[in-house]
Order: sequence, then C-alpha cells, then structure tokens
Amino acid sequence: MNWHRFSRLGLAAAAVLIVAACGSSTTAGSTNWATVPSASAGGGMDALVAAAKAEGELNVIALPPDWANYGAIISGFTAKYGIKINSANPNGSSQDEVDAVNQLGKTSRAPDVLDVGMKVALANTSLFAPYEVQTWNDILASQKDPNGVWVQDYGGYMSIGYDSSKVPTITSVDDLLGSAFKGKVALNGDPTKANAALNGVMMVSLAEGGSLDNIGPGVDFFHKLKVANNFVPVQATTATVKSGQTPVVLDWDYLSAAHGTDVPTWKVFVPSNAILGGYYAQAINKNAPHPAAARLWEEYLYSNEGQNLWLKGLARPVRMQAMQAAGTIDAAAAAALPAVNGTPVFLSDAQATAAGAYLAAHWAAAIS
Amino acid sequence: MTVADRSAVITAGRAIGGGRRLPLTWIGVIPFFAYVGLFLLLPTGIVVAGAFLDKNGNPTFAEIQTTLSQDYVVRAYWNSLLLSLVSAVVGAVAGAILAYAIVLGSPHGLLRRVVTSMAGVLAQFGGVTLAFAFIATIGGAGFLTVFLQDHGIDIYPNGIWLYELPGLVVVYLYFQIPLMVLVFLPALDGVRPQWREATESLGGNSWHYWRYVAGPLLFPAFLGATLLLFANAFSAYATAAALINQGNPIVPLAIGNLIQSEVGLSDPGQAKALALGMVVIVAIVMVSYAILQRRTARWLQ
Repeated sequence: MNWHRFSRLGLAAAAVLIVAACGSSTTAGSTNWATVPSASAGGGMDALVAAAKAEGELNVIALPPDWANYGAIISGFTAKYGIKINSANPNGSSQDEVDAVNQLGKTSRAPDVLDVGMKVALANTSLFAPYEVQTWNDILASQKDPNGVWVQDYGGYMSIGYDSSKVPTITSVDDLLGSAFKGKVALNGDPTKANAALNGVMMVSLAEGGSLDNIGPGVDFFHKLKVANNFVPVQATTATVKSGQTPVVLDWDYLSAAHGTDVPTWKVFVPSNAILGGYYAQAINKNAPHPAAARLWEEYLYSNEGQNLWLKGLARPVRMQAMQAAGTIDAAAAAALPAVNGTPVFLSDAQATAAGAYLAAHWAAAIS
Repeated sequence: MTVADRSAVITAGRAIGGGRRLPLTWIGVIPFFAYVGLFLLLPTGIVVAGAFLDKNGNPTFAEIQTTLSQDYVVRAYWNSLLLSLVSAVVGAVAGAILAYAIVLGSPHGLLRRVVTSMAGVLAQFGGVTLAFAFIATIGGAGFLTVFLQDHGIDIYPNGIWLYELPGLVVVYLYFQIPLMVLVFLPALDGVRPQWREATESLGGNSWHYWRYVAGPLLFPAFLGATLLLFANAFSAYATAAALINQGNPIVPLAIGNLIQSEVGLSDPGQAKALALGMVVIVAIVMVSYAILQRRTARWLQ
C-alpha cells in the first residue's frame, strides 16, 4: 500500500530507492556478510548485530502473522534489534517465494530470507547462501543441509487426532481396526495427491512393520480399515472435524492440535514406534539485499527466544528436543502439543517419490 | 457489432444493385465458431496431439501404451463406463415414466408446467452445491443419517457408500432424471392420439399398440436420450470431485490427480492420454446419438 502511494510521487520513490540502496551497500568493517558461512567466521555475534543494524532493514516474504506465531516473531525481532521488517505477500506459497527471488534478482526489494516447504527448498538450492547458526549442533543431521544451504525450522510429527467423546482412547495404530471406529477414520486428502496424506500412510506403515523405503504395510493396513468399514473416504478439514464427519484424523500434530479450538475433547496421539517428521525450512537468498540482517534473522529464529515463539504458535521448533534436555523450552507452550517419546525419522526426497509411485499403483485398489 | 456489420454489408450489397448478393449471413455465427474453436476444438487438438508426444516433444505411442497398461487406469475407465451406464439407464427409465405421466395429463395443466420448470432447474443443479446438499443430508454426519441413527436405523451398515461409486449413481440421478424428462418430452408429444385410435379400430389392443406402433417410434428417441445421459455422466467432474476424495476411481478424477498431485505423480502427458480416451468414447456416443436423432426426427415432427 505504502509502496503504491510512493510510486505516484516519482521524487519520493527515487529518494526511497536511494536510501534503500545506501542501506544495502553499507557493511560494517571489511566483512562481506553475503558470503559469510557463520557468525564466528564474520567476527562474532556483536559484529553481525552491528552490521545488521547498519543495514537497518530486512525483507521477509510469505509469513502470515497468524501462522506459527510469525506476527509476534516479526515484532520481537524489530523490538530487539531496531531493524525494520518489510513483510511482502504474507499469504504467498513456497513457490511464490522462489518466484520473487528469481524476479526481483539483486534489487533492494528482493526477499532476504525464505521459509519454504522441503520440496521447494530441495529444488532451488542454487538460489540460497549457506549459513550455520550458532545453535547448529542442536539440529539433527537429517534436518539440515550439511553446509546450511537450507535448515529445517519448524514442523511436527504425523499423528492420530481424535474426538475423545466419540471414540475410545487410542494407544496404538492397531486400535483403529476396532469396531468402535466404524466409519470414523480419515486422512487429510488422497495420498496420491496430498503430501500430508502420503505421510499419514507412511506413518501407519512404520507402525505396522514397514520402513521409509516400504510404504506397502501402510497401504495394506488401510485396506484392512476399509474392509472393517472404519475408513471414511473424506478429506479431513477443520469443517469436517467440527461437524463430526471425521472423528479420527491422521494429520500433522500441529494442524491436528488446532482442532481443539472447535472440539474441546480433541486429543492428539503420536505412536512412539512411528515418529515421522515433516518440517519447513529456512534459507537465505544468496543475493539478499540485507545480508547481515538476513543472517541475524536466522540467529534470532534459532535462538531459544525464536524457537519458543514458534512453539507458542503450535509449531514444533527444530531444536525442541535439545531445548527440552537443556530446560530452556517454554514448558507451558510445549504442554499444549502432544507428547512424543523416541527419535523422529524423515522421508528423503527419493523415498517420498518412491512411496508416491507405489501408492499410484496400489492405493485405489486398496480402498475400493 | 456483428449484426451492424452484417446489415451494413447487406445494405452495401443492395447499393451495388443487381440480383447477385454474396451470402454473408454466416458472419453472424462467427462469434459462436470463434468460441467453439477457442474453447473446444483448440483444447481438444492440444490434448490429442499431446497424447502422442513424449516429454521432449517427439512423436510416440509410449504415453498411451504406458498409461493404458496401468491397472488403475483400466479400473478407472471400467468404473466410469459402469457409472455412466447405470446412471443413464436408470435415469432414462425413470425419466421416461415421469415424462409419460406428464403427457397423459392436460398439455397446459398446472402439473405439466410445474414438473417441466422444475426439471429445467434440477437438470442444471450439479457440482459442489449438489454434492454438499447430499453430504449435509445423508453424509456420515448428515442430519437425516443422524436422525435415523437416533431411531435405531443405520443407513451405512457397510461403510459410507455415498462417498463411493454407488453414491455417485444416486447423486447423478438427481440431475439425470430431470434431464431425461426435458429431452424425452418432445418425443412423447410427437406421438399422435390418432395412431392409437387407428390401432384400436384395426382390432389391436394395448400390447399391439406399444409393440408395433409407439414402441418402434419412440425407441430411437429413448436410446438417443440415454446416450445423451451417458455422455452427461461420463464427463461430469465437479460433483464427483466434491464427493469422492479417495482413490480417484473414475477417469475425470484420475486426470485431475495427474495434473494436481503434489507428491511427484503429476504427469501432463499421461493426463492427455487419459483425456484422449474420453474424447474417443464421447465422440462415439455423440455420433450414435446424432444417427438416432435423425431416425427419430423422420417420424416425430
């Protein structure tokens, strides 16, 4: 909006551009933060903060204020460092973010940092600059690029959410075959189409003796569910949960936990023998107009403060287990999420593709 | 614009004088043909051509071969044909009976006017709205389902069939029957009472009349209308997409998944190969329909 108004006044627009250009070309000392792979390599956190403050601005994109608590994170960062955040296209998709990086190139309006789905992250690694945050060692190797080109930030585990007023307490995946679950169990979409549903079948497969490379037992289980008339072929949404069409839903725990607002008796269960993670990832634009601010933003997100802010938005921060061990987690916020005991596993891109191909050949037959 | 052009051209033709005038009346239908060309012929051409091209744009039969060799594709075609056939035949029979009942009444009576205008509305009622109406009424948590459950009647003892192929038949009938009424009514109106009187005066009974007079006359019209219903059900997408969320059991849904899949299964080439199969089937159905229409028109003017 502001930008639009400025564009009518050519002079003002030019002035803004000059200011922005000055901001982006200012670097503290001799360090070129655009190529620095960690804070210590650039002279330490104090040098990074000083350089970022000198830049004065940060461009973020596709961060809805009500998604994963980003509203509070943005205002928290500005309050702490006095750096203004320009938030573009808050409701954009991961692909929109990458498109903006490509289209805006090296201009001062290009996004500095991205928050994208894993598929988009892996497909666009050439656009990102490697960077290791100070808390790098807390992050599992399976959740980051070895050089920090992308690093998973928040997400959750595949879970079974259920309305405890309609079905008995669930303690294992096999419970779903019971007669109390007739016409009640749903996925978040068709697994040959939707990523969340594919992960739902994969989680069941892990619980039923399959592996990340073998989704077959999951498909077989859904066939048994279908034969027992327990499977509802409806895509679970907030609306179907609220109306009672889908009292049992396999979905990401942070999405499932949110159903508690509509259905107070909603509970979320993560089987300890099948902890399947799904996370978003952070990446820094290699042509970031504010390279130091971009890196400081990452340091903030992966600090205890940033991680706890995500947690308050029901998103599971990537350092959660390390912070629980260190006692730095926001215990009240953590208690709002389902308890998880065990080591999570993650589908690689190749494993996800292989699972998709298996589903294409077998899913329709299993549930009809 | 076009009308003005045309009258201007005609006026100009007159000004030149003489009896020779170019037949320019076709200008009026240019918008129609432009529309059909852009939104029917061009996409069909792209689909047909695309089905015979590989990912690098070289001509090949591989897309069609690999697509048709997959079990789920064969099953989807089989389901689509079965669904269309059942909903067309049931819809045609029920619609024909309803249309006959209307014809027996007064041609300008209230019943006829109410039923035909309702059929006109209901024949167009489809898509997400129709699917939602059924989900809200007899879905898993629909008010009728819950009401009957509270009174000890479970309409879904073997799973919720509404979200599967039987459900699609029921929902499709909602617009198939009224459509049959609309397309079959003119044929029934064409049957003259004198033919029956002639049959009776020649000593024939009701059976003879239906077997040798009305039946043979109406059968092509009935068959043609059934084919129209078949094509109508075969190509429907939105209603099915709103109702069925698992397994993509019919061809339009399978095509949709080949375009939309976010788990790495999108394959526009295969989608085009599937669509080509649908184009071929609908073309056969519509040509048969046109032939039957011509036979019917000979008698029932």
